[in-house]
Amino acid sequence: MPISRRDFLKYTSMAAAGTAVSLSDAELFSHLFAISPEPHEDVNYIPTYCEVCFWNCGAVAAVVNGKVKKLEGNPYDPRSRGKLCARGNAGVGELYDEDRLKHPMIRTGERGDGKYREASWDEALNYAAEKMTKIKNEYGPESVAFMMHGGITTHLMNLGKAFGSPNFGFPSYGQCRAARMVAYDLTYGADVGSPERVDMANSRVIVFFGTHLGENMHNSQVQDFTEALGSRAKIIVVDPRFSTAAGKADHWLPIRPGADMALMLAWINIIISEGLYDREYVDKYTAGFDELKESVKEYTPEWASKETDLPADIIVETARELGRYAPSVCVHPGRFTAWHGNDTQRERCIAILGAILGTWGREGGIYLPTKAPLAGAAGMSYPVPSRASIAKGPHAFAQPQLMQAVRRTTITADPYPIKAWVVAGTNILRAVPNPAKSIEAIMKLDLLIAIDIRPLDTAMMADVILPECTYLERHDALKIDRGVSLSVGIRQPVVEPLYKSKAGWWICKELGNRLGVGGYFPYETYEDHIKKECAAMNIDYDELTRVGTKFYPGTDNPYITNENQPVFKTPSGKIELYSSRLAEQGFAPIPKYNRIEQPEKGWFRLLSGRSPVHSFSRTANNQKLFELFEENVLWINAKVAFSMGIRDGQNIILVNQDNIMSEIIKAKVTQRIRNDCVYMVHGFGAKSRLLSRAYGRGADDSRLMTRFIADPISGSTGMRVNFVRIEKA
Amino acid sequence: MSKYVMVIDQRRCIGCMACIVACKAENDVPEEHFRTRVIQEVEGEFPKLRMELRSELCNHCDNPPCVYNCPTGASYKDKENGMVLLKKNRCVGCKACIASCPYDARYIDPRHGYADKCTFCSHRVAKGKEPACVQTCIGRSRIFGDIEDPESEVSLLLREHHHEVLKPAAGTEPNVYYINRILKG
Ligand code: SF4
Ligand code: SF4
Ligand code: SF4
Repeated sequence: MPISRRDFLKYTSMAAAGTAVSLSDAELFSHLFAISPEPHEDVNYIPTYCEVCFWNCGAVAAVVNGKVKKLEGNPYDPRSRGKLCARGNAGVGELYDEDRLKHPMIRTGERGDGKYREASWDEALNYAAEKMTKIKNEYGPESVAFMMHGGITTHLMNLGKAFGSPNFGFPSYGQCRAARMVAYDLTYGADVGSPERVDMANSRVIVFFGTHLGENMHNSQVQDFTEALGSRAKIIVVDPRFSTAAGKADHWLPIRPGADMALMLAWINIIISEGLYDREYVDKYTAGFDELKESVKEYTPEWASKETDLPADIIVETARELGRYAPSVCVHPGRFTAWHGNDTQRERCIAILGAILGTWGREGGIYLPTKAPLAGAAGMSYPVPSRASIAKGPHAFAQPQLMQAVRRTTITADPYPIKAWVVAGTNILRAVPNPAKSIEAIMKLDLLIAIDIRPLDTAMMADVILPECTYLERHDALKIDRGVSLSVGIRQPVVEPLYKSKAGWWICKELGNRLGVGGYFPYETYEDHIKKECAAMNIDYDELTRVGTKFYPGTDNPYITNENQPVFKTPSGKIELYSSRLAEQGFAPIPKYNRIEQPEKGWFRLLSGRSPVHSFSRTANNQKLFELFEENVLWINAKVAFSMGIRDGQNIILVNQDNIMSEIIKAKVTQRIRNDCVYMVHGFGAKSRLLSRAYGRGADDSRLMTRFIADPISGSTGMRVNFVRIEKA
Repeated sequence: MSKYVMVIDQRRCIGCMACIVACKAENDVPEEHFRTRVIQEVEGEFPKLRMELRSELCNHCDNPPCVYNCPTGASYKDKENGMVLLKKNRCVGCKACIASCPYDARYIDPRHGYADKCTFCSHRVAKGKEPACVQTCIGRSRIFGDIEDPESEVSLLLREHHHEVLKPAAGTEPNVYYINRILKG
C-alpha cells in the first residue's frame, strides 16, 4: 500500500520525537521507491549515510540483485530530510566508476611517472608497515605525518596516535574552517559547529559574505535557505561576484574584494550609534561593549563607502535592516573562510555583529547546542608523543592540524624531519595551495602511502596505493549529529566491496597489526565496534541498522529562555566583544581595519569557488556529474573582456605574479563579476591519466596560488591574495 | 479522473540540479540525454542584475503537437490522468514528435531507437508517489499534484499566485506552471 505524504511526516516526527518506529523494513523505506521487481529479483532497502561530501546525509539504497539501483534521502535523517543533492543522487556513479582503484599497487618507476605493479594486500601492507617501522626506528614516530578527510578520519587518527605521531594535516582546517572556529571560540567560547547551527529557516534577514552556499550543496542548510526564500526573508549578499545566492538577494553588495571588514565595522558603528543593537542582551551577555563602541567610531559609512566601493546610503540602509529585524537575523559565519590572511579578525567582526544584534541563542539567529546525554564508549589512551606537533605552526590559536605547516617542515626538516606521509581521502595536490610546493615536499619523503578510492593526482604520486572501497561498501564511525536535536546515524555496507578494494577501518587495523599497535583496534570487524558503542550509548543497534538515524527525545533547547541560559566558555564567561585572549597574545582585541593589497592595472585577483554538482576535485570523474559540469571556466567581467578582445568561450591562459601559467581554460564573459577579479570553480585540471573523463579538463586554481598569507592568529591560509593576468591561448 | 500538473516556484529553486540526476537514475535516461533541465539566465548590466533559474521538462500539453504529428499513434495523451505518454513498442524513431515540440522536450534513446521524454514518473504516480525530481527537490521548488482536486497543493498555489506557462503563443496549453517568475518569458 502506498504511503502518503502525510504518513511520511508522521513517521518523520515519530522518529524525531524518539518514538520507536515499529514498522517492518519493507514498510520503512519501500514507499520511497517505485521498484517493481521481477519474481526472481531480490530487493533490499538499506539505510546508510552519504559521503560524496562531508555533509553525511542519511540515504537509503535500493539494492536489486546485489546492485544499487537507486539512492534516496532518508526521511528520518536531519541532514537529508528525505532529499539528496545532485552528488548524493549520483552516488552510484562513485560506486560503479570503472576508473576506481581496483587493487593494491606498488610503485616501480620514479615518483609521479605512473608506473606501478599490482600487489596483494598482504604484500602492500607489509611493504607499507616495514617502511613506516624503519622510519620510526631511525627518526622517531613523529616523522610520519597523517593527512585525511572524510569517513576514514576516525580510523586513521587512531592509527596515527597509536603509532605515536602528533602530526596530522587536515586541509579542512587551515584551508577552510580554521578562522571561523578560532574566531567563534574567542568570542563565544565555542564554534558554531558543523553543520553550522544557523537557524536560517526562521530568519527574517540573512547576510552572506562571499558565500558559495547554493553553489556548495550543504544539503540541509540549503534546504533551510530555500525555506527562508519561500517565507520572503530579506537576503543580503556581500560578494564581488553575482553568485547563485546573490541572484536570490534583495541586496547584492558587489564589494571590493578584501574590504569586508570595512563594511562590517561600519555596520557595527551604525547599529551602535543609532541604538539599533539589543541593549538588554548586550548588557547581560557581553563584555567589552564600551571599548567596541569607542573603537568603531572612526568607521563611518562615508569612509566605508570608499573602501568597499559600495554606496554609503546602501551601507546605512542595510545596517538599519539588520537592526530592525534583530535578533531574528542570521549573519552566516561562513565555512570556507581562508581568504586574505586576516581571516580570524574578519570572522571576529561577523561574530561581534551577531552578538550586538542578540542573535546567539535566538530564533532566526544561531541556535544553542543540544543537551548531550550520550554516554559513549570509553576513549582510548594513546602514548604521549615525545616531541611536540609541528602542525600548529607559529600561529597562536591554531589547532595542530595545519597542512601547510606539515608541508613546510617536510621541506625544511626543522625542527625535526618528516619522512613519511600517509594520505587518505584528500587530494593534497589540489586541496592545499601551490601544488609545486607539495610535490617538492613529496620528493623529499622516504615514503608516501595513499589510501584512496580514485586514482587522483596525489594518490598517483604514492609509493604504495591502498584502494579503499566507497561509502556504499563499508562501515564507518557512527554519525553523531548535533543539530537542533541530537541524533545518531549509521553507515553500513549496502553491497560487498567491488574489485579488491577494502574498507578504511580494515586497512588501518591491518596496518596497525603490522606496526605492533593492533591493540588499538580491539575488534574483529568494525560492526562489532559499532555494536559496543551502541550498547554504551543505550541505542538498539538492530533498530539503528533498519532506521538509519535515531533521534534522542528531549535533547533540543535551541533558544534562550529564563530556564535555559547560555554558557560562554570564555575567560570572562561572557561573549567577548573585546577579546582578552587576543590582547594577551598581542593581537588587536577588537578588530581594526587594514587595507589589503589590490591588483595593479592589467592584473586580477583570483577567486575560486564551487559547483553544486561537484565535491572539490573528487567527483570530476563521476560520469553522472561530469555530464552536467565537465570542466571549469573563467568568469571575466564583460567590459574588461571587451577591452581585451576576449570572446565568450575563447581559450585563455592565466599567468600569476610568479610567472606560473595555468592550463588552458575557456573564458566566460559575464556581467556577473567585478572588473578587478576573475573566478573559477575549484577542483579541475586533473593530471592523472587514469581518470578517463576528468583528465586534462579545465584549469587548476591551486596551482596559481603560489602566494598565500597565513593568518597569524589561526593559521588559516588566505588564498584570495593571488593576482593573475590573462593571455590568449 | 485526475489531471496532473507541475508547479515550479522559481523563487525557491537554487539551481542545485538534484532533480536532474534523480530523474536520470529513476528513469534510466541514457548518458548525455536529459528529461529535465534547469536553465540559469541573467539579465542586466553590472551591478544591476537579475537571475532566473527555470526548470524545464515536458509540459504534458493539452493541445500536444507531438501527439498530433506522431504517425504511428505511439505518442498519446492519457485520458485518465492528462499525461502525455509514449508506447515504446509502437515508436519507429521517425522524430516527427521531436520536430513538432516547441519545448525541446524529447530525444531519441540511442540504445533503443525510440523517442523518450518526461513521463511525470507515471510509474511512481501510479503507486502514489511523487515524481523523482519532486521528491528530491532541495528547494521544494517543484510541486506536483492533481489540479482537479481543489484541495491539492498545486490547486492552492495556482489560486494564490500569478502564474505563467512557457511559450503560450505556441497554443499547446501546457500543464507546467511557473510562479514567482523573475524574467519575462
Ligand atoms: S550534501 Fe549531497 S553529497 Fe553531501 S552528503 Fe549530502 S547528499 Fe551527499
Ligand atoms: S512539451 Fe513537447 S513533448 Fe511535451 S506534450 Fe508538449 S509538445 Fe509534447
Ligand atoms: S532540485 Fe529543486 S532546487 Fe534543485 S535545481 Fe532542481 S528544481 Fe531547483
